Amino acid sequence: MHQIRLVRNILLGIKNLLLHKLRSLLTVLGVVFGVGSVIAMLSVGEGASREALEQIRKLGSNNIILTAVKLAEDEAASAGHVRVGIYGLRYEDVLRIRETMSAVTRTVPVKHIRKRGRLGERSLELRIVGTTPDWFGVVERNVAVGRILSEHDLDQRAAVCVLTEYGARRLLATEHTVGESIRIGGNYFKIIGIVQSEQVSGAIQTPDLEVDAYIPLNVAREFYGDMIVRRTAGSRERELVELHQILVQVGSDEQVEPIAAALKAMLERFHKKKDYRMSVPLALRRAAEQTKRTFNIVLGSIAGISLLVGGIGIMNIMLASVTERTREIGIRRAIGAKRRQIIGQFLVETVVLSSVGGVIGVGIGLLFPWLIRRFAGMPTVVPGYSIALSLGISVGVGLIFGLYPAIRAAKLDPIVALRHE
Amino acid sequence: MSPANKESDMHDEGRSKTLVRFDDVRKVYQMGTAEVRALDGVSLRFGRGSFWAIMGPSGSGKSTLLNLLGCLDRPSSGRYEFDGRDVGTLNDDGLSELRLRELGFIFQSFNLIPQLTVQENIELPLYYLGWEHGRSARHAKELAEEIGLGDRLSHRPMELSGGQQQRVAIARSLANDPPILLADEPTGNLDSATGTQILELLGKLHQRGKTIIMVTHEEDIASYATGQLHMRDGVIDRIEGSADASD
Ligand SMILES: Nc1ncnc2c1ncn2[C@@H]1O[C@H](COP(=O)(O)OP(=O)(O)OP(=O)(O)O)[C@@H](O)[C@H]1O
Ligand SMILES: [Mg+2]
Repeated sequence: MHQIRLVRNILLGIKNLLLHKLRSLLTVLGVVFGVGSVIAMLSVGEGASREALEQIRKLGSNNIILTAVKLAEDEAASAGHVRVGIYGLRYEDVLRIRETMSAVTRTVPVKHIRKRGRLGERSLELRIVGTTPDWFGVVERNVAVGRILSEHDLDQRAAVCVLTEYGARRLLATEHTVGESIRIGGNYFKIIGIVQSEQVSGAIQTPDLEVDAYIPLNVAREFYGDMIVRRTAGSRERELVELHQILVQVGSDEQVEPIAAALKAMLERFHKKKDYRMSVPLALRRAAEQTKRTFNIVLGSIAGISLLVGGIGIMNIMLASVTERTREIGIRRAIGAKRRQIIGQFLVETVVLSSVGGVIGVGIGLLFPWLIRRFAGMPTVVPGYSIALSLGISVGVGLIFGLYPAIRAAKLDPIVALRHE
Repeated sequence: MSPANKESDMHDEGRSKTLVRFDDVRKVYQMGTAEVRALDGVSLRFGRGSFWAIMGPSGSGKSTLLNLLGCLDRPSSGRYEFDGRDVGTLNDDGLSELRLRELGFIFQSFNLIPQLTVQENIELPLYYLGWEHGRSARHAKELAEEIGLGDRLSHRPMELSGGQQQRVAIARSLANDPPILLADEPTGNLDSATGTQILELLGKLHQRGKTIIMVTHEEDIASYATGQLHMRDGVIDRIEGSADASD
């Protein structure tokens, strides 16, 4: 019996709202944007934390990545002349880390050289990565064919290289190609294996790229040296970079922060200029939480204000509706409607109104994150619970702001209400 | 009169005969410092199945009396018994319940709800009685046919003539099958021919056993009733017809 009344009340509510379509629509705008903001807020937060977790997963939560940074002020030092810019990470840094930090399990020096690689008819712009076998212990990628670099390769200064699956595909290298030689610059390297690689999206630079070719560090140094020469219009630019990256793997997550602090202190002491950057994947989570907090504050305020304004708007309209329908209330009371039934009728009507706003708001709320993703480049994920939450909030707004007009309607004196014009 | 007296009264002769009973009922409105005595001590008894016309000049308290009878308002003092029950002891929900189950209203201005159809208007009391939808729809249809508006069920009140609207209002007042109908100038907004039709309908309902209390200004309308009660300045001036109106 009660459900029947509820359904009938809802239908009646919808009917009354449809009598004033535009008015109803304008009334619920606040709820629409409030609910939209709630969903947008939660989706940005969810997106940020999911992305952070994904990056942490891919980069390894117990890794710290040091990357050489070319300083802008070097550029201005001797423009127009042949000059040498020395920057970046040093072989000494690796030794110092290995000697002084016992919690570090692996220290992987990395040297990057851009060279074209040729295999038969095909060629591809490669990023030569001069490194040690420990690389494959830090950047864990599956071996598709053959093997990875070994200590033996380094000892022998063997001209061998490991390609990525992507590079192999582009060079038309197959499993049968393993053992053949690839020409990189002026040198030939024997292909010993092919590994998988992953492209990670987002701000953080990942250690590996799809166009990588891994060779022993000492071979890279021997063949290509530490000097990089770039020809720009009218001048030649030389850069002396020993290492482009150092990957530091720590025994456990708990030790990441102390080691990061120790690394920072050490680098600050031995590098006159800040020609390096430190990325701590674990800290990404904190950055994500920060993003989440910022968005929560901004969108939370928007949501709060919109819902408040929306609620007041709804209350205003319902008060107007109560006045307009005073006569109707009198008739219903005369016929035998109890006060709480009048309250119920108006409350249901308000909740229908705010819920319609909520449903439209969910639509907008799904559009917001899409726009944020599209134009602000932020990852967004709309969590399922946010839709339920938003609809809950809009029902709540209806209940809270509908209560006063409903009570006013119910408090009307039947005779006065009946006499109302 | 003591309550004990009242009890015996009710058992001996009252319960079956007297439907409503007023004992020295007053209604005073405070208008600033001035008091308006809309009802200034009214005692009366209306028997079951009677048809009363309440008459009197404007401002004599007719509507006030009818509103009190209809439990839309409470007296300032005095006792009101409906079918042996002391109405004064009922709270707001109790009064609503009494209106819902025992009373039917017919107003001068019809008082149909404009956004509801004829059918929905007639069904309204049944909705509050909690009737299941199909049953109340069937009942509303029967009532509409009875008043000759079976073909207008889905019309809105605005699409009907005044007489038709008043007939819908009568159908609505009958939906809960109350023993008593209260009508405040039911023909006041109608031309005399239509008014006569409405009165004939009320007469028919009276013959079927309904108690009808009707406020009217017009003598010829009042002549349909079996008794006439004349008001003046908030008191009963005189009574014609049935003898059980006052003591
Ligand atoms: N709510 C009110 N507040 C103050 N005075 C009132 C109120 N209702 C009625 N009165 C006064 O009570 C008196 C009786 O009013 P009532 O409406 O009962 O008269 P009536 O006999 O129905 O008159 P009419 O024939 O014009 O309808 C009038 O003097 C009126 O001004
Ligand atoms: Mg009157």
